[in-house]
Amino acid sequence: MADSLLSSPGLTTYDILSRHGVSRRDFLSFCAITAASLGLEAQQVPAVVEALETKPRLPVIWLHGLECTCCSESFIRSSHPIAQDVVLNMISLDYDDTLQAAAGHQVEQIRKDLIEQAKRGETEYVLAVEGNAPTKDGGVYCTVAGETFLDVLRETAEHAKFVIAWGSCACNGCVQAAAPNPTGARPVHECITGKPIVKVPGCPPIAEVMTGVLTYVLTFGRLPELDRVGRPKMFYKQRLHDKCLRRSFFDAGQFVESWDDDGARKGWCLYKMGCRGPTTYNSCATFKWNGGVSWPIGSGHGCIGCSEENFWDDGPFYSRLAKTPLPGIEATPQKVGIALTAAAGVGIAAHLAALAIKRGRAAATENKAKEA
Amino acid sequence: MATRVVVDPVTRIEGHLRVEAMLDSDNKVHEALSSGTMWRGIEVILKGRDPRDAWAFAERICGVCTTVHALASVRSVENAVGITVPKVAEIVRNIMFLTQMVQDHVIHFYHLHALDWVDVVSALSADPAATATLAQQVSPHWPKSSEGYFRDTAATLKKFVESGQLGLFANAYWGHPAYKLPPEANLMAVAHYLEALKWQKELIKIHTVFGGKNPHPNYLVGGMPCSIDLQSDNAINIERLELVRAKILEARDIVEQLYVPDLLAIASFYKDWAAIGEGLGSYMCYGDVPQNGIGDPAHFRFPRGAILHKNLGEVLPVDPTHGDEILEEVGRSWYRYPEGKAALHPWEGHTEAHYTGPKPPYEHLDENGAYSWLKTPRWKGNPVEVGPLARMLVGYASGRADFKAVVDGALGKLGVPATALFSTLGRTAARGLESQLAVGWLQDEYDRLIEALKGGDNNTADTIRWEPATWPKDCKGFGFTEAPRGALGHWIHIQDGKIANYQCVVPTTWNASPKDAQGRRGAYESALIGTPMADPQKPVEILRTIHSFDPCLACASHVYGPDGRELAVVEIG
Repeated sequence: MADSLLSSPGLTTYDILSRHGVSRRDFLSFCAITAASLGLEAQQVPAVVEALETKPRLPVIWLHGLECTCCSESFIRSSHPIAQDVVLNMISLDYDDTLQAAAGHQVEQIRKDLIEQAKRGETEYVLAVEGNAPTKDGGVYCTVAGETFLDVLRETAEHAKFVIAWGSCACNGCVQAAAPNPTGARPVHECITGKPIVKVPGCPPIAEVMTGVLTYVLTFGRLPELDRVGRPKMFYKQRLHDKCLRRSFFDAGQFVESWDDDGARKGWCLYKMGCRGPTTYNSCATFKWNGGVSWPIGSGHGCIGCSEENFWDDGPFYSRLAKTPLPGIEATPQKVGIALTAAAGVGIAAHLAALAIKRGRAAATENKAKEA
Repeated sequence: MATRVVVDPVTRIEGHLRVEAMLDSDNKVHEALSSGTMWRGIEVILKGRDPRDAWAFAERICGVCTTVHALASVRSVENAVGITVPKVAEIVRNIMFLTQMVQDHVIHFYHLHALDWVDVVSALSADPAATATLAQQVSPHWPKSSEGYFRDTAATLKKFVESGQLGLFANAYWGHPAYKLPPEANLMAVAHYLEALKWQKELIKIHTVFGGKNPHPNYLVGGMPCSIDLQSDNAINIERLELVRAKILEARDIVEQLYVPDLLAIASFYKDWAAIGEGLGSYMCYGDVPQNGIGDPAHFRFPRGAILHKNLGEVLPVDPTHGDEILEEVGRSWYRYPEGKAALHPWEGHTEAHYTGPKPPYEHLDENGAYSWLKTPRWKGNPVEVGPLARMLVGYASGRADFKAVVDGALGKLGVPATALFSTLGRTAARGLESQLAVGWLQDEYDRLIEALKGGDNNTADTIRWEPATWPKDCKGFGFTEAPRGALGHWIHIQDGKIANYQCVVPTTWNASPKDAQGRRGAYESALIGTPMADPQKPVEILRTIHSFDPCLACASHVYGPDGRELAVVEIG
């Protein structure tokens, strides 16, 4: 099924038009009109013809609902590929109100035209959604050109080839959906039906994860393999904890106890400061951020779990959570992963007991070593 | 017959903004409505939560000016519970703040504002050799100005346009008579649009060093979460500091050799815009970049103060904690106040969403009713503009030599009088001049950091009042900063260690607010009055003035909302 989702990367504009019964002659006249509308001279028409026959870029509509634009900002920080390459050479970002040159009805016309063309089978587009839709009170908490964002989202999704949900707003609701969710903000999958959705959570997602999803689709012509909640397995398979550079300190029971204490300066484990690394599935520990410079745990603050569902209501952030796994039960990380998604409560007393046992073991080992 | 021009969505901004402009028979704007069309209710969500978590929620108000809400938030909590952050933490915060300001301003100029002045299609007919000559005149020391470089840029652009897929540049206003640049200047600007896009991801690595990521780096009540230990390989050490230093040097080149020269070169073709878009003529800022603690505004690099009615002879004192100075009205907003209340100070902020606008889908807003999700803040009863122009004018009028040098230098180069500052062009120029100051201060703050470390001071957090048990039972705090778009304030009320009330008054609320009870316009609406439109179907001129403010609607309309229920927060660990 995944293969059939995306025919655009293999099809040029000419292919798509001819598949839908447009004659070569009509195609050439279309090229001439396109050239004229761009202010090009007649002798440049053949170049337009050649490009439309051979060099398609995947049309993308990028909608913004209730959000803070951190996903777009993250996207343009991508190191490989850089944003310029994505926008000029890989996709055709036909609608994106954050970056679009045109405004008002000129920009809305682009979106409506693309939907109409897709309806007629003349083109295909991918819908990327940043943010989510308020559903309370008829959706009045977010309108675009006088329409509710909920309507815009549904209308645009209906004819999209597939949908990418950028960031935790689109995937899980994120901050505006935190209790008491005043606007009734709902993630994309609760607003639309019948479309494959690739979820790319994070607040924001890592830049190279975002561009990675697009380049995977463009390179291999199919959607990446998704996990049971719809995230690409290639980026959301492992907990931060599994690859954390502070993991050895966790295992050794060496923790930061207070901000900027000796342990903090030595880079000890931030678990006791509330780190959500043990329950967070993301690529931060692998790719790091902003071209691999660092990541939250690397720079001394615990993970707040921003790619996990409901993380805002899973606080306070600086308190250890009952469902965080404890040192001493890490023999089978896989089991722990399953155990913590089931999330039975384990109190702080149990944690301290476990820690004491762990330390006892460490001491015993040390003694043994001494004896030997 | 009057024409009503509707621009919705206003693009190349953050968030959702709608502008309706009424034109007279000469196609000049004689009335305007600025409407924020989104609301998220983050303050409501903050109620009942741990104040130490607030920065993370507040930071998500905006991912473009990411950092400033976190900074205002931690400062509000520290102010409320009585924490003084260590000197080194304050310097690191200054570095974070200035980094964000420079990066944000460069992105605004090239990626959000430039296309109002630069005709991309005209660039196709530029001569690369002549473009190289022009670029070398505009910025003699910027290395990428060869004929070959511009030939490559032109080829990239040509290939893109000829693909027939214009993407972000489709259906725009190319060829509009308001575009005045020669093709070579347009090509140079397009090349630098791409340069700046490549560079913006570099400067922000400073945030990653200290805050772990960007967008949304980490902050901490009481200091910064990143420890500094020159003898540790797991803390900020010399390798990290060198990365920061290198990025500051790059930023200096970008601002001084790319951004400011481009700004002045483009401005020289648009001097008529020094007489358009004046707006209120009244300005306010809280100031920032403390040199001696946040409680000592006299030693801020950005001074605090207000200017009324273009009177540069007097800078008025501002006290945002005073109960009468800053008040907010909701008469023209989709909220309601309790019976008998017309305006409230943020610490007393009581609000309740009450949508009375047209039922979507709609054609027009009701200019006689409420028409925005933004409130209407006023300073001592005055509508005021906030942002780079306000900061530059307050610095200039305060007699600060550093401000005078950059402002007078630019006025001299353009050959325009100081009154040119009160305009769309002045607002856009102020942002560039401010970046010049900010990038110099960035180096200064880095040097201060090194000095402190040389002296053996490397404390990044004060944890004496980390535990809520050490806080007063009932306390209020004010946190502030100068966000790229202007004065930003967070007012917090803490009871029993939890947030009892949280209110933000943000730059775009000041600037984009609807009218007040006396019918006085906010800064956007006021600045649009008198704007001439060559073609009412193509709102280039409206976009120029609105973009000169750098709108940020997620910030402006994040806020306010019905009193949420107190959240049950269960302390676990």
